Amino acid sequence: MTAGMSTKTYPAYARPLWRRLLFTREAAVIALVVIVYLWGYSNIPYFGDTLTLTYLLLDTTTILLIALPMTLVIMTGEIDLSVASVVGLASATLGLLHEHGVGMAFSSLIALAVGLVCGAVNGFLVGYVGLPSLAVTIGTLALYRGVAVGLLGTTAVTGFARDWTARASQVLGSTGIPSVMIVFAVLAVVFSVVLHFSPFGRGIYDIGLSSEAAVFSGVNVKRTKFILFCLTGVVSALAGIYFTLRFGSARGDNAMGLELQVIAAVLLGGVSIFGGRGRLLGVIAGVLLIGVISSALRLQGVTVNVISIIIGLLLVLSVVSTTVLAWASDVAARRTRAKGPAAPPQRLESP
Amino acid sequence: MTSPTDTTAHSHEELALLVEPSAMSDRERLVKTVLRSRELSIFIVLILVIIGATAKSPSFLFSASGWRDLLLTPSMLILLAVGQTVVIITRNVDLSVGSVLGVTAYLTGRLFIDQPGIPVIAVFAVAVLAGAALGLVNGLLVGFGKVPALVITLGTLYIYRGILLTWAGSSLVSASQMPAGFLGLGTRQILTIPVLFLLAAVVVVAAGYFLQTARTGRELYAVGSDPDAAVLYGLPVRRRVIGAFVLSGALAGLAGVVYAARYGTVSSDAGTGIELQAVAAAVIGGVAIFGGSGTVWGAAIGAVLLITINRALPMVGISDFWQQALVGALIIAAIVLDRVLSARQARKLIEARDEV
Repeated sequence: MTAGMSTKTYPAYARPLWRRLLFTREAAVIALVVIVYLWGYSNIPYFGDTLTLTYLLLDTTTILLIALPMTLVIMTGEIDLSVASVVGLASATLGLLHEHGVGMAFSSLIALAVGLVCGAVNGFLVGYVGLPSLAVTIGTLALYRGVAVGLLGTTAVTGFARDWTARASQVLGSTGIPSVMIVFAVLAVVFSVVLHFSPFGRGIYDIGLSSEAAVFSGVNVKRTKFILFCLTGVVSALAGIYFTLRFGSARGDNAMGLELQVIAAVLLGGVSIFGGRGRLLGVIAGVLLIGVISSALRLQGVTVNVISIIIGLLLVLSVVSTTVLAWASDVAARRTRAKGPAAPPQRLESP
Repeated sequence: MTSPTDTTAHSHEELALLVEPSAMSDRERLVKTVLRSRELSIFIVLILVIIGATAKSPSFLFSASGWRDLLLTPSMLILLAVGQTVVIITRNVDLSVGSVLGVTAYLTGRLFIDQPGIPVIAVFAVAVLAGAALGLVNGLLVGFGKVPALVITLGTLYIYRGILLTWAGSSLVSASQMPAGFLGLGTRQILTIPVLFLLAAVVVVAAGYFLQTARTGRELYAVGSDPDAAVLYGLPVRRRVIGAFVLSGALAGLAGVVYAARYGTVSSDAGTGIELQAVAAAVIGGVAIFGGSGTVWGAAIGAVLLITINRALPMVGISDFWQQALVGALIIAAIVLDRVLSARQARKLIEARDEV
């Protein structure tokens, strides 16, 4: 490396470090979370209560958990629409085993195994058979949900062991933070390390940017995708166990439609749907943003309808803003280039 | 694969062989295309399902209500599947159709309540236009935002549903609030064929004819099979994509009116989740999810197949709780089959080329 620091012309390094860290999508989403939270804290009664925080976190935990592996899947340019169905299937499995008097610990293991199988089916079809994940997971969305509903019908299994259900909504001391957040925190750290600091994780980015180039750089694309879908299955099943215990009821139609909320949160957090771009930190902030906004609005007596409008608007704005910003900086760059004496004004008409 | 040195001598000959017009007559070619088509194979599956269900319970087909329900129940999904097909052909997807259907179904009810005596045809027109307007929003965002349709329509799915929830609240439009003449559409038959099915059939034929023969229709395929090439070729890609979304929105609007006429009650959750069924119908009908191929005939038969299987399952003694699982398995089977067939096709083409 004889070239000095000053000769780095790679665009990402053209700006100083603090600007690179501050002017990012992740920073913007985190700032939004803080702003909304502070605004709610000072303007909405009861918003600052620990109980509000507890419920906010308890409600978002399911989405937070699934968003972790979903981020990795979307990062490779694939998508998994079947996650909510896996949540339902894990819940139904738990309920069915409970009905037959199987112990909680063992049935949870079985539910996780079911999740693994679900993920493996997706992963096999997408990774090794090479089918489009959008189509495959729309199929398994119906399939897994159908099996879940088929197993339990319309009955809801309740009466889970009290100590297990209590554990799901237990709070850490007087902080108001549910203890299930420890599980999430551990998983978040593991996923961050894997994504951002391991060869496997860098391979995920490579696949997202160019699947073909990734193959030639020695990334095992098929296996990576297979593993990611398996992970999504297992974590979704874990979320399903949590969901069941939190509400104390196992139903085949638990968490219906959750997949779209998870994907909305991931995209809001700055992950590109084309793959190859995004960070877990942004995604976690994205989930929390939706959680904080809905919690703040609910306390103000705003109904779920407006919340879903806002989530939708945020999603559309967040993706369209990227295009608008790129266009604006393109225009600005062209203007400065035009001002320079050497470069003639260039007008590139977009088709 | 031939090396660069010996291609010069052969290239013209090879090219001639590969692009040579078929030696078969038009009639033979048509028969062969039809026999090999995806549409025919799922149509056969559909017939088998109907035969199976009828063998178990003759009233499935041979009673008056059985015959009517066979055609009437899928009408709404057919309309959505046609719109979805046109969008998917351009390599996009429209997830907001369920919400658009909900909005227009409720709009239909409101029109009858707020404007007593409004002619039915005007309600149809307003609902279709409203659907088209919502589709236009999708189209403009996709066309100008340069963002994948999956994301945009996922967002508008929430927004449109949220608007409907705010508008309708917990109130619902009930059958007593809509004129009998309109509700009669839901059950009226012409020569034993339900009117709503005829409506869906007209849409299928018109859309199918348009896609197959019109210049604009062929351009939609070109846009979907290679958007970059379509730009280079000078096709108005953005306008075609926006047009596809407007059509999908308009058909979802029409489906909303059909919903109101068929069920008589419209609440704010009308059409929730039906977008995935529409995509599923298209996929089962052989529409490639990555654009550029597929027909509305296939999608329409796919829609009928989906609904008919749902209705037939209880007849063969499978609890209707398992219906969705079977639909899922069917979708997976359809795409796996597609892959197997296209791999075989590709192998044959390569062999044919290497034999030269």
